[in-house]
Amino acid sequence: MSELCNQEKTVFSRPKTIKEDYDYTFCAGCGHGVVLRLVAECIDELNLQKDTIAVASVGCSICLEKYYDLDVVGSSHGRAPCVATGVKRAKPNKIVFTYQGDGDAATIGMNETIHTACRGENLTTICINNTNFGMTGGQASATSIIGQKTATTPLGRDPKLFGYPLKIAEMVAMCEGSCYVARCGVFNPKSIIQTKAAIKKAFENQIAKKGFSFVEVLCACPTGWKMSPVESMKFIENEITKTHKLGVFKDT
Amino acid sequence: MAEKVLMKGNIAIAKAAIDAGLDCYFAYPITPQNEIGEFMSKTMPELNKTYINAESELAAINMVIGACSTGKKAMTSSSSCAIALMQEAISAMATAEIPGVIISVMRSGPGLGHIIASQGDYFQATKGGGNGDYHTIVLAPSTIDEAVEFTHRVFYLSRKYKNPAMLLADGFLGQMMEPVELKKYDFGEVDSSDWELDGVGENENKRPPRKLVSLHMGGDDLIVLNNKLQKKYKEIEEKEVLYEEFMMNDAEIMITAFGTVARVAKSAILTLRQNGVKIGMIRPITLWPFPSEVVKKYSKQVKSILDVEMNEGQMALDVKASVETPVKIEILSKLGGDVIRARDIVNKVMEMNYVGIM
Amino acid sequence: MTDKQTNIIVSGFGGQGVLFLGTILSHAAIIERKNTTWIPSYGAEMRGGSANCYVVISKEEIASPIFDEADLGIFLSKQAMEKFEDHIATGGLIIADSSRVGDIQTRSDIEYCEKPFNTLVLEQNKNLLLNIVVLGFVIKKTGILSKENVLVALKKVSEMKKPEFIDLNVKSFEFGYSLI
Repeated sequence: MSELCNQEKTVFSRPKTIKEDYDYTFCAGCGHGVVLRLVAECIDELNLQKDTIAVASVGCSICLEKYYDLDVVGSSHGRAPCVATGVKRAKPNKIVFTYQGDGDAATIGMNETIHTACRGENLTTICINNTNFGMTGGQASATSIIGQKTATTPLGRDPKLFGYPLKIAEMVAMCEGSCYVARCGVFNPKSIIQTKAAIKKAFENQIAKKGFSFVEVLCACPTGWKMSPVESMKFIENEITKTHKLGVFKDT
Repeated sequence: MAEKVLMKGNIAIAKAAIDAGLDCYFAYPITPQNEIGEFMSKTMPELNKTYINAESELAAINMVIGACSTGKKAMTSSSSCAIALMQEAISAMATAEIPGVIISVMRSGPGLGHIIASQGDYFQATKGGGNGDYHTIVLAPSTIDEAVEFTHRVFYLSRKYKNPAMLLADGFLGQMMEPVELKKYDFGEVDSSDWELDGVGENENKRPPRKLVSLHMGGDDLIVLNNKLQKKYKEIEEKEVLYEEFMMNDAEIMITAFGTVARVAKSAILTLRQNGVKIGMIRPITLWPFPSEVVKKYSKQVKSILDVEMNEGQMALDVKASVETPVKIEILSKLGGDVIRARDIVNKVMEMNYVGIM
Repeated sequence: MTDKQTNIIVSGFGGQGVLFLGTILSHAAIIERKNTTWIPSYGAEMRGGSANCYVVISKEEIASPIFDEADLGIFLSKQAMEKFEDHIATGGLIIADSSRVGDIQTRSDIEYCEKPFNTLVLEQNKNLLLNIVVLGFVIKKTGILSKENVLVALKKVSEMKKPEFIDLNVKSFEFGYSLI
């Protein structure tokens, strides 16, 4: 008994892929911090840090090099899959992933996302979907749900005026070159555990050279949504998931 | 001398790029440079190197960024309205200090314009359509032999300065054939081991992470970066200027022209010289950095300058900026793919009141 | 046509092989240790419109591949004659396919040499290549390049592109060469 008490067991610590002096600048309740950590944990657990090159994008996802003890190459808005394609083709034995928002991967960069999936590039893409442009102040993105009030759909997204939400995971799943496509969320402990499992699978697929893995993660943007963090979690669970349904769309 | 073979400019450029050690080629089709991509699509896979039919020029140039960020040699090739699509990425490339080679085979504009040759993209290449204070190194060949040499050179310069570098040809040069010697130019390999991205390593081989990004929002980061870039541009301006001087010794008229048009100008100069006109030419080879010093030097010797271009006279702006003494500067310009012929230049020189010709 | 330099325009319909005819001239020029340039029209014109190329052959270094006036025009369509007749230098020569061009001769300061090449080829049940027949004729008529060198070039290029056409090319060339 006394032996057991004397043993210290670390049950939670900073993943080594996250820098010691990292300083998240995310808003309270934002999902980015959680997902960045999940990605870092997966990289640690798969012992990938040494060989990983991260591709940053534009949006709140932009400053990967601030947080990660990884080589990072930046990209213009929507072009992260292209930059990642270039990196991976030049260095096929490195692990390459993009970390993008929905404004990036599903709106301005939808074309690139789809073509990268169709080419079956052996890459991992993490797409943070908070259904708006968080960094620029909460404007509507392609994925904003019907009725969602944003800075540029002030009365709510009316499909007659603003069209319908784009469902990027379903689209990627249709591409023959994608091997794994999942939509997860980070709005309660269970969903976080499921998200980590999906991210890990997406990296494992790359190690196994299976093709393009795409993990969409529904995240809160309390500032953009003008909600409290708690309200935001409920909004994901009760509203967003009705449009952007959770699940694994493809696993080959 | 090795055997000369008859070859299209586009094919010679593609072969030269491969000789220069090209690892990855990414592009989207556009006339008049399609032979480059078609050649690469067959040859690169045979060499076990990367070829991708990119979904757009945006994708192609960003793939170049990705590949070059790892220290490999990558390029894209395109033309005019499609090079326009790449400008954001070229600015980003310069800012992140990632090398990369762009082959631009000009067609005529503005807009979609026409597939026929022109020189309308001097501004696009040298002033950039991208944002901010950056420069692309631009070399303009006027023969296919030069296109081969300069293809090797843009790869070297791009890596030496960690900066985008462009070979600016026109539709004539891309489509024409002439005997070419596929020389292999050895400018020396540039070591990229201190900046290329290849993972941080582990244990005793763990190194600090590297970043190649174009966003610099922290503190004075962007100010510091801009100062660093300006210092680099200054160095390039001091060390890398190239030009051809043609019959300038006793010249009283100086023609300024680049690329294919400079060849036409040579024909005109030979005709005019036979008729006793003291005329010569400065042909900028590096369009950026522009050979300002030599233009300045001869502007003190000549009575007038005739800038000849298949555009509205875009380079004349740099000629004017190089000249300090008051000297008459005339422009002979043809646009929209209208071809400048030697007689146009001869006639223009006659108009400029130099009697005793023809 | 000077001793030093010959400027040539070859023009006709897309599909007649005028660009190929031009490239053989350039290939043969290299074999003859002369300088040469070849510029085609390109793009949509490949598919049935007009096609033309500009060939320069010179003993000296060629300053410009773009010339003011041609010494020799090889015209295989009416449009070619209409478009380029004025581009021939005084004292120059036009070789034209009279079965296509018709009787258009508006200038007195140049020489016209017409043969119904297309009809002649058709009479041979199409067992000849029009462009190479014309090439043979041009070489015999002008002597700008030696027959021997042109045949070497023709065989070399055929071998690279379509080896099965070597014999037909040579046969067509000889047919054209014998028309004078």
